[in-house]
Amino acid sequence: MSISDDPVQQQGGGDGVARRTVLKAAGATLGAAAFAKALAPLTTWAEDMSADEFLQKHYKELSPAELKATLARIEADTKKDTGVDVTLTADAPIEGVKFGYALNLSICIGCRMCAEACHEENNHDRKTHNSYIRVFEMDKGSIDFAKGTVDYVHPVPRDDKFYMPVQCQHCDEPPCVDVCPVEATWKEKDGIVVVDYDWCIGCRYCEAACPYHARRFNWHAPEVPAKDINPDQGLLSNRIRPQGVMEKCHFCLHRTRKGKMPACLEACPTGARVFGNLLDPKSEIRWVLENKRVFVLKEELGTKPSFFYFFDE
Amino acid sequence: MSPPEAASAAPPEMPHATQRHSVSYVRFLARLLDVATDGGPKFYTWMILLTAIALVGANAWAHQVAEGMALTHMTDHVSWGLYIANFTFGVGLAAGGVLMVIPAYLYDDHDMHDVVIFGELLAVAAIVVCIGFVGVDIGRPDRVWHMLPGVGRFNWPVSMLTWDVLVLNGYLLLNLHICGYLLYHRFIGKRPRKRWYLPFVLLSIVWAISIHTVTAFLYAGLGGRPFWNSALLAPRFLASAFVSGPALIIVLLLLLRRLTSLTIGEGPVRTLVNILRITTLVNLFMLASEIFVEFYTGGSHTASAEYLFLGLHGHNDLVPWMWSAITFNVTAAALFLWPKAAENNRLLVLACVLTFAGVWIEKGMGLIIPGFVPSTLHELVEYTPSLVEWKVTAGIWALGALVLTVAMKCATAVLSGHERLGR
Repeated sequence: MSISDDPVQQQGGGDGVARRTVLKAAGATLGAAAFAKALAPLTTWAEDMSADEFLQKHYKELSPAELKATLARIEADTKKDTGVDVTLTADAPIEGVKFGYALNLSICIGCRMCAEACHEENNHDRKTHNSYIRVFEMDKGSIDFAKGTVDYVHPVPRDDKFYMPVQCQHCDEPPCVDVCPVEATWKEKDGIVVVDYDWCIGCRYCEAACPYHARRFNWHAPEVPAKDINPDQGLLSNRIRPQGVMEKCHFCLHRTRKGKMPACLEACPTGARVFGNLLDPKSEIRWVLENKRVFVLKEELGTKPSFFYFFDE
Repeated sequence: MSPPEAASAAPPEMPHATQRHSVSYVRFLARLLDVATDGGPKFYTWMILLTAIALVGANAWAHQVAEGMALTHMTDHVSWGLYIANFTFGVGLAAGGVLMVIPAYLYDDHDMHDVVIFGELLAVAAIVVCIGFVGVDIGRPDRVWHMLPGVGRFNWPVSMLTWDVLVLNGYLLLNLHICGYLLYHRFIGKRPRKRWYLPFVLLSIVWAISIHTVTAFLYAGLGGRPFWNSALLAPRFLASAFVSGPALIIVLLLLLRRLTSLTIGEGPVRTLVNILRITTLVNLFMLASEIFVEFYTGGSHTASAEYLFLGLHGHNDLVPWMWSAITFNVTAAALFLWPKAAENNRLLVLACVLTFAGVWIEKGMGLIIPGFVPSTLHELVEYTPSLVEWKVTAGIWALGALVLTVAMKCATAVLSGHERLGR
């Protein structure tokens, strides 16, 4: 770093300065060209993105007409990318409904059919075999996850074990929603915690905040063979997610808001899963909450889950 | 309280009317551009080397954006890695510069006054690095505008990340203003007016504390991650910031003394060593305090600390790193306390480098990764950064070094009186 006594600079003029300026300009041009070349992969990436996609508004700010246009655009984009005709809907929460889920630990056999059903229903990436549900095989006598395992490979159920599927708990005080810097995730009126895939910036703060390992990030664009794509899709639920954004269990809202049951419940061979409206005193889930020994995961954290575990005996 | 410009070598007041600021400010920027791009072979070699590293980083990042963050080795289990580790360390560096500002302005240390601007410039470069690391960590950089007030939705005040965006950018602007204002007045040969910089300097002291507190709260507020969920985290962050910052500044001052015609007295270096004597020990004390609570209490909350210090069920990637960090920090603390080392520049630099590396490990990877291992459901998935992550990381540090080099070169040229209006 010699800053002093540069003879050329001291003269304040002449060929030296001119040559230096030309050299500097050449250096700057070369540098700029090198950076353009280094960043070249971004151009192909940007070409795939339409202006509409880039400028897509937040879900809550869409007018009915804009929502319709958004659904049409994404349907068209999906057709272009995969060749599959999908039906994209955006059902609103039903008045007077707050969803809750309960799981009977006494009869869950750890078959992981629920996780598999989630995988297929929700158009998860096939290569990574993603699912919103993780099933833990636990030692009888404690509910310590440190003693549990998810990668068991043997016939189930085993006599000395019990099984504990974990998915999004749809908390009433969701830490993931609090931390999001751009309000890309929120709790809907029916209790479902959703993600706006078109608004999420992919910072993964929610993934760090969630105490239940319920959130997933799209580390690459999910790949589903055309023949396996579930064409019955929801804007805030199982549509094929973009690369670089968060996703999570949404209680199959594209089904449940139409009166159907979540895919994981339908797949369960033992009937361990109970889903329903917490506000309806005559619902099965209310009966479970009132008559069974029920607990929630990590109650001490104050997250107030809408997902309950219970025992028969 | 006298500004650095009051040094005896200050030029006589030159005629300079206020209405000519538009002309002289442009001239100031033009001269700085010239200084920033002019130098000897060593300077050019250094700058080309840094540019080359930054290019490699830029290319790796472009691939990461285009092909997805699967190019990193982060997973849904360890969802933050090398980038956020370096971000956290960088915030500490930025805050550390304040330990020159406090002696200079609050204790009226004249020697420190002459060089305090280098601490402020380091803060600027460090914030650039921090913003870079957050920038490369997000999956959708095309959507950054979603945070802009007015067009986007900024989840303030609930999300700590929005606080961090505000305090980091605010700190950048504060320091840019202070450095720019003082250098410009030195350039035009006028005494800077206190009301235009002193309130900002005092604000920057509080602000420096705030950037690191907010960054600590980002982690400490997460109830699901017991390793971070500690009230000691923010004080620990500050203690380690006051180790890494002054350590780097000492090395920079010694470099300036060797490479430039600027006179750097013994005073500022001695003051910083005195500060380090205390802060290295405070930092170690807080570490010991955390270790005690983790291990004496026991239970499943200790799993992360066990993973970090001892290894857990055969998973021990971080163990050698963490014990190296502790060794570095203890050695450095001992060296700072040894009077002979403080007088011997080689030993002093060794101590600074050791503790800098120690803090980089301890509050970089040593803080972020155990937050995720084991996961919230106690799954043990380890993490080692990918080549792409190392390239991007090197690129961002190179960018920071470029900014710092140019800033310090410009400041040196103006402070030494070499660059002055009318020359």
